[in-house]
Amino acid sequence: MSVHPLRLSRFNITSLVLGLAFLYLPIVILVIYSFNASRLVTVWGGWSTRWYTEFFNDRAMLDAAWMSLRVGVVSATLATVLGTLAAIALTRGAGFRGRTLMSGMLYAPLVMPEVITGLSLLLLFVALDAGRGLVTVTIAHTTLTMCFVTVVVQSRLAGIDRSLEEAAMDLGRDPLRAFMAVTLPLIWPAIAAGWMLAFTLSLDDLVIASFTTGPGSATLPIRIYSEVRLGVKPEINAICTLIVGFIAVVIVLASLVSKLSSARGESAAPL
Amino acid sequence: MTNLTATVADPAASDAPVIAYPTPLLRINGVTKVFGAHSAVNDLSLDIKAGEFFALLGPSGCGKTTLLRMLAGFEAPDTGKIELNGEDIAAVLPHQRPVNMMFQNYALFPHLNVRDNIGFGLKSAGLTRLGIDTRVAEMVALVKLQGLEKRRPDQLSGGQKQRVALARALARHPQLLLLDEPLAALDKKLREETQVELMALQRQLGTTFVIVTHDQEEAMTMADRIGVMNSGRLQQVATPRQLYEAPASRWVAEFVGDVNIVEGGITHRDSHRLTIAGRDVGTLFAIEPRQPVGDAVICVAIRPEKIRLSRRGPATDLVNSGAMNSLEGVISDVGYLGGRSLYKVKLDRGATLRVALANTARLDVDAYSIGERVAAWFAPDDCVVLVQ
Amino acid sequence: MSARRIFTAPARLAAIPPYVWMVLFFLVPFGFVLKISLSQTAIAQPPYLPVFGLSEGIDGLKASFAALSLDNFRLLVSDNLYLASYLRSVLVAVVSTLILLAVGYPIAYGMARLPRRWQGIAMMLVIVPFWTSFLIRIYAWINILQHDGLLNKVLLALHVVSKPVVWLSTDSAMYLGIVYSYLPFMILPLYATLAKQDPSLIEAAADLGVSRIDAFWLVTVPLSLRGVGAGALLCFIPIMGEFVTPDLLAGSNSLMIGQTLWLEFFTNKDWPVASATAIVLLGLLLIPLLVYDRLQRRQLEAR
Repeated sequence: MSVHPLRLSRFNITSLVLGLAFLYLPIVILVIYSFNASRLVTVWGGWSTRWYTEFFNDRAMLDAAWMSLRVGVVSATLATVLGTLAAIALTRGAGFRGRTLMSGMLYAPLVMPEVITGLSLLLLFVALDAGRGLVTVTIAHTTLTMCFVTVVVQSRLAGIDRSLEEAAMDLGRDPLRAFMAVTLPLIWPAIAAGWMLAFTLSLDDLVIASFTTGPGSATLPIRIYSEVRLGVKPEINAICTLIVGFIAVVIVLASLVSKLSSARGESAAPL
Repeated sequence: MTNLTATVADPAASDAPVIAYPTPLLRINGVTKVFGAHSAVNDLSLDIKAGEFFALLGPSGCGKTTLLRMLAGFEAPDTGKIELNGEDIAAVLPHQRPVNMMFQNYALFPHLNVRDNIGFGLKSAGLTRLGIDTRVAEMVALVKLQGLEKRRPDQLSGGQKQRVALARALARHPQLLLLDEPLAALDKKLREETQVELMALQRQLGTTFVIVTHDQEEAMTMADRIGVMNSGRLQQVATPRQLYEAPASRWVAEFVGDVNIVEGGITHRDSHRLTIAGRDVGTLFAIEPRQPVGDAVICVAIRPEKIRLSRRGPATDLVNSGAMNSLEGVISDVGYLGGRSLYKVKLDRGATLRVALANTARLDVDAYSIGERVAAWFAPDDCVVLVQ
Repeated sequence: MSARRIFTAPARLAAIPPYVWMVLFFLVPFGFVLKISLSQTAIAQPPYLPVFGLSEGIDGLKASFAALSLDNFRLLVSDNLYLASYLRSVLVAVVSTLILLAVGYPIAYGMARLPRRWQGIAMMLVIVPFWTSFLIRIYAWINILQHDGLLNKVLLALHVVSKPVVWLSTDSAMYLGIVYSYLPFMILPLYATLAKQDPSLIEAAADLGVSRIDAFWLVTVPLSLRGVGAGALLCFIPIMGEFVTPDLLAGSNSLMIGQTLWLEFFTNKDWPVASATAIVLLGLLLIPLLVYDRLQRRQLEAR
C-alpha cells in the first residue's frame, strides 16, 4: 500500500459522509415532515403547507416569536457594542488593573451551565424587585452573548498587525482616528459575525429565558418547549422549519456580505 | 569605546574626513530606553545632518529598531533628548511629527487600494481633494506604479508593496524618513536593484533617510554614514570605507566583513612603527594608530584580501627592514567562490590565516592547492592595531 | 508620553461599560446565589429568609449574617436524591465525552485529510447545525425516535425488530441527543490540531518503516492530545449542567443535577436548596478546568 499522507483513505471518506449525514439527516427529516398533510406526524399524507397556516393563526406562538425577535435584536446589538468594547480593552489596553477579573468574568459564562447563569440572574432581579419580562430577558441574554462577541472580536483584533495602527498614526492620524480608519474596517466582519452569533444564541435560548422571564412574556423556545413536552405536533415541525430557514438565510446573507465587502474594498475607503 | 567619531584616522581613511556639522537636523543626546530589566538603548548620542543617508547597522536585538521607533514617536526615551531642528520632540506624538516611517512588513492597509494607501497621510495633512489626487499621482509616478492604483495590497508583488510603502511614507514630505529593514522581504536580486533605486531617489528628493538594517552590504552600498550598534550602544559612526578599513574596535572589525584577528603585545615602537609579538604568528610590523594604544594587550586586524600569497616570500631586505610582513605556512583549505577564492593558510607558528585572492584568469593553472607551502605577506599599513 | 500609552488609554476607557455590566449582571448575581444558598427556606415571596435589607442598617445586616446557615449544604450531602443526581451528571458527562471523542475523532481526521480548498467547506458544514436551535435539534430526534417514528419504521421494514422499540425516555436516546448536540464542539478543536500537523511527519514515519496504522497511533494521536483535551473540556463541562436534553429524551426516574436544580427551583420553590446545588455544581466543574490548566502549564514548562 502506498503511503501518501494527503490521500484520503476509504475510512476517512466513510467517517466524513456518515458524520455529515448524522448532523444533517434529522433536520432534513424534520423539514420534510413539516410539509406533511397528515395530522399524524409519521404517516405521509402528501405535501401541504397547512401547518404553516396554522402557525400564522396561532396568536400565542406569534406573540412568542415577536418577543424572541425583539429580545434577539436588542440584546444582540447591546452585546455587540459591549463585547467589542471589551475586546478592544483586552487586546489594546495592555495590563490594566482588573484585567484578569474582567477576562475571567467574560470567559466564565462561556462554559458555565445555563441553569446557574439563569438562576443567579433571577435572584438578582428578584432582589432588585424588577418586574420580569422583556427587559430582564434582554439583560440576561446580553450578559451571556456579549461574552461570545468578545471572543469573536478579540481573536480578530489579536490577528491585526499593530504596525497598521502605528502606520496610520505615523501618517498623521491621532489614535482614535487611526483606530476608526484602519482597525475598525478590518474587524468589521468579526463584529458582524459577533452580532449574528449573539442574535442566534438569544433566539435559541430556553433555560436562561425560562428563569428570567415573567408570566405572559414567553419567548419562542419557551413556547416550543412546553408544546414539545406534550408530544410531537406537525405545527412545531413547521415552526422549526421556519426558524431553520430564517437562520440559513441569515448565514447565506452574512457570507455574501463578507464576500462582497472583500471584493470591492477599493472604493469604500473610509478616509 | 563610546566616543568614536574622532578615533579613526588612518591612511586608508584619509579620503573621508569626519565633518562636524554645525546644525544637525536630528540630534540624539544621551538617550536611554529600558524594557523591564533589559536596556534596549543605552546612553546613545548621535547627530544626523539634513540630506544625509544614514544607516543603523547591528545584529538583531541590538536596539536599532527601538531607536528608530523612538524617532518615529512610538516609544519615548526614558532619559535623554531627541531634537529635530533644535526642538525637543520627545513630547510630540507620532501623528504630529514631520517624520514618516516605512515599516518592516510595510504595514500597508489591506482594505485600501494603492491610491488610498498613498493618499492616507494627505487627508490629515489638510490637502484638498484635488491636491491629494495630484500628490498621489506624483508619488505613483515617482515609484513607477502607474496602472496599479486600483490594486489592493494582496494583489501586489513584494517589490510593488515595498514601493507603495515608500510612496506612502514620502507623500507627506517628511523632513526625516525612517526605513525599518525596508528590503528584508525581497529576494537578493530585487534587493540589489532596489538599493540603487533608493539611493537615486534619496539624492533626487534630498530627504534625510535613516535606515535600519542587519545587512552590512546593504548599509555599505547605500549609506553616507553608518552607525554600528551593539547591545544598545553605538560602537562606531563612520563612512562605509572608514568602518571597513579603520574599524574602531575588535567587535566592529569582526562584525563588518571578514577579518583575521591576531592577538599580541607591543615589543617596540619607533616613529609610528610598532613591532608586535603576535600569538601563534611571530613578529609583526604595524603602523601606530593616530590615537595611540597603550602597551597593554592589543590585537591586529588584517582583512583577508589585503594578504597576498606567493610560493616564495618577498625580498628578505623588505622583511628585515620591517617594510613588509611575511609569514610562512601551508595551504590547508581552498574555497572557490567564483570571483575570488578563499584560502586557509596554516602558519608554521600555529595560527591559521584566511586569505582572499581574486580569480583574475579563467584558466588558472598556477592556483594554490592544499598542502602547498606558501608565504603570506602584507604591508604594515594593512594592519589595524586595536585595543583588545 | 509613549504612543503605546496614548493608545492604551482610550482602550482602557473602553473597558468601563462592559466591566460595569459584567460586575452588575454576573458578579453581583453570583453573590446572591451564594447568599441565598446559606439562607433558610420560607413560604413567602421571595421564598427565602433572611432577605438582606439596607433599611435595618448595620444591625439588620449583622442579624442577617447571623441567620446564615449551612443547612442547605448539609441537606445536599445527606439526601441521596442530590448525591445520585451529581453522580449521574458525572457519569453522563464522562460517557458522553468518550462517545463524542470516538465519533468526533474520525470525522475531524477525515476533514484534516481533505484537500485544502475542501477543508473550509467541511468546516462550514460542521458549524452550520450549531447555528440552528438546540431545541430544534432535540425535537428533530424526538420526531425520529418516537413510537411510530421513522427509526422504528425502518427497523420494522428491514425485519430487524418484530415490534416497535421504545426509544424515547431512555438513556440511549439521551446519549444520542447529547452526542448530536455537542459533536461540533468536539470536532472543531480536534480538527484545528489535526489540520496543523505537518503531513511530512507521516511520510517520515513511513520512511522509517512504520506502517500507516502504527504511524497514526504513534504520531498523529499523540500530537493531537491538545485538541483532545480542549474538545473533551468543551463538551464535559456544559454536559454536566445539561437540562433540556435529559429532560426531553431521558426517562424521569433518575435526574441529572441540572434537572434537580430546575425541579427544586420551579416545582418545589426551594430557592436556597437550588442555590446550594448550583454552588456545588460550580465547584465540581472547577476540577476539570484546574486539571486541564495544570496539564497545559506542564506542557509549557516541558518546552
